[in-house]
Amino acid sequence: MAPEIKDLEVKDAAGRTLDGIESAEVQGQEEMMGEKLILNMGPSHPSTHGVLRIILELDGEIITKASPDVGYLHRGDEKIAENMTYNQFVPYTDRLDYLAPLANNVAYALAVEKLMGIDKQLPERGQYIRVICCELARISAHLLGLGAFAMDVGALTVFLHTFTEREKIYNLCESLTGARFTTSFTRIGGIARDLPDGWVDQCRKFLEEVEFNFDETETLLTRNRIFVDRTQGVGILPRDIAIDYGITGPNLRGSGVEHDLRKSNPYLVYPELDFEVPVGTKGDSYDRYLVRMEEMRQSAKIIRQCLDKLPGGPVSIDDGKTVLPPKDKVLSSMEELIHQFMLVTQGVNVPSGEVYFGAENPKGELGFYIHSIGGGTPNRMKIRAPSFVNLSVLPYLLKGEMMSDVVAILGSIDFVMGESDR
Amino acid sequence: MVFHDPTIAAVMHDTVQNSLLGPWGPFLMFSALKVVMAIGILLPMIAYSVMLERRVSAAIQDRVGPNRVGPFGLLQPMADGLKSILKEDFTPLHVRKAYFILAPALSVIPAFLTIAVIPFGSKLGNQSMVIADLNVGILYTFSVVSLGVYGIVIAGYASNSKYPFFGGVRASAQMISYEIAMGMAAVPVFMLVGELNLGKVIEYQANGAWLIFKQPIAFVIFLVSAFAETNRLPFDMPESETELVSGYNTEYSSMKFALFFMGEYAAMISVSALMVVLFFGGWTLPFFGLNETASTFGGGLIHILVFLAKVAVFMGLFIWIRWMLPRFRYDQLMDLGWKTFLPLALANIIITATILWIQHL
Repeated sequence: MAPEIKDLEVKDAAGRTLDGIESAEVQGQEEMMGEKLILNMGPSHPSTHGVLRIILELDGEIITKASPDVGYLHRGDEKIAENMTYNQFVPYTDRLDYLAPLANNVAYALAVEKLMGIDKQLPERGQYIRVICCELARISAHLLGLGAFAMDVGALTVFLHTFTEREKIYNLCESLTGARFTTSFTRIGGIARDLPDGWVDQCRKFLEEVEFNFDETETLLTRNRIFVDRTQGVGILPRDIAIDYGITGPNLRGSGVEHDLRKSNPYLVYPELDFEVPVGTKGDSYDRYLVRMEEMRQSAKIIRQCLDKLPGGPVSIDDGKTVLPPKDKVLSSMEELIHQFMLVTQGVNVPSGEVYFGAENPKGELGFYIHSIGGGTPNRMKIRAPSFVNLSVLPYLLKGEMMSDVVAILGSIDFVMGESDR
Repeated sequence: MVFHDPTIAAVMHDTVQNSLLGPWGPFLMFSALKVVMAIGILLPMIAYSVMLERRVSAAIQDRVGPNRVGPFGLLQPMADGLKSILKEDFTPLHVRKAYFILAPALSVIPAFLTIAVIPFGSKLGNQSMVIADLNVGILYTFSVVSLGVYGIVIAGYASNSKYPFFGGVRASAQMISYEIAMGMAAVPVFMLVGELNLGKVIEYQANGAWLIFKQPIAFVIFLVSAFAETNRLPFDMPESETELVSGYNTEYSSMKFALFFMGEYAAMISVSALMVVLFFGGWTLPFFGLNETASTFGGGLIHILVFLAKVAVFMGLFIWIRWMLPRFRYDQLMDLGWKTFLPLALANIIITATILWIQHL
């Protein structure tokens, strides 16, 4: 009746087969308690948020073993990076965590700039705009994360309410970058263009609306008895385990570790801004939800401060060897013409060396390790994707929980497969 | 059909009695007529409650909802029905065929059968508006309603696939726990009324207050159990689309799937109707003399409309709740049924009994 279990031979990266299947058979013979059910969840399943696949071993409704299987969305971004100039790779960063492309753009640009040693020279205005971008991306990503989380535990309406707000963020992105989804906004040494007229006011208006939406979402969830029952005490990630697994971002802070790269390893103008880092106490799904909720409020606070403090001046470095010169000068002046030509054909000339830069992205620490031997293209690139690392704790989290908790835990981990699989 | 004219009804009565079927003629004819009428009302009600659900959910979620087919999208149910029939009826090879085909029917039929004992109006002409005026109406209802779960369990089993299997297992566990709480919740009602006939329950309420005011706890338990009985969120364990994909109906397509869908809505309507009868005075209203059995044809029609309006309110409640709340977890749902509602319902019975005993001393 049941499909053959042996068909399901899954190998991990090291070529080992899933030993759980064998042990389940052996145990079944020993205990005479009947066989365990192997349930394949994903890669196309409504709540695995993309193409995550989890192989669950179930004893009734209790999970005895869970093996996540990632890689269905692998595109080889790191290898692709070796074959193009630094600026050409910016659009690829959009597609990492595709719920927060602006933040990825910024993180990548900062990594390259750090390698070039120009990260401190960025004009103030450009830095503020980058911070605004990062925090908008954080609100956008968390809105979707929480909406999807709520949907996974059955509250469908929350998802559409948060989605309405994300639509407004997309409108802001569109007027800022020209694209709604794949923004590709940063360039090495600055950003693509200055804020359009009236954007600051639009952004302020949006912040007011989105804060109303936060309150609305909280009334629907925070003290909702069913939601609390579904999430409190579910998927508890203790502090030390979280650190051991290298969990970052809201998931780590939900476990009570006050670690935020914006505070501990500040970049851009974050030291000048006043915001708090929310942390949880127990590390369960509910804490992770609360942390995200509060982070969105803090992001809104940060954006407000940036809009208030926003200085005038250029948005990119005034160096023709790094940033494309203005078009009118290219057509009238020899030096700028040469710069334009060199930048477009060769790319930004990055000195040889290596660098690691990690930025606090919505999902956690997004790190770029770049190894350069000089010239316009990286020699090697490694992307530390927070979703990938955060997913690694799933076998620990899922074991002993119930079938229904899988979706609650997955929702609270809030991962993006585009980033995890790269 | 001019029933209010006694002469014509009498003539029809005589004709039928003398010619076709002998003395049973009128009973058979009017019963058949009532069956056709009830189904004729119930089917469009199902179709339009789906429509209502889609529009209400859209309103809740800040969307528009289906508004393209016909005026205000009112023909959408026809389009949906047509689509269901025309789609390919795919039967996967690995299923148990006989049960696979049987299951959708099993989930629709009980929901329809429940309507038989529910008094949906007072009188039209000299016919009382209940298909079968059973003395054990409520027992019949409970036994038939509990058959509904077989459709789901068999669907889960026959699909021979893991997610539907989980749905089926959950459905059976859920039904057992809530069926009992629901039955227990209804017991005090009948202790007060002293009869199992649903018509008598309405009569009792028409002469006094609605039973919701006398038995609020029973009503709350009954209401929550009704959600569990009909597999609606927050108790849609057998379906729970985000974890079990679609639960028991994952492998179904075309009209078979639509039958499950209809079964769910039919069950919602019949449970709503049951709640209206048990706790909200059925077809009566305590003003404009609507508590009295109708003597005219128009009065009878108004009673039917009152009843339908009350049912519609409950349908609205079902839909509203569904789009506002998250889903319970399987074990929490069992806890709620066995550890909270069952003791509460038993306590309610004892309290009611004590009060009745004191009153009769």
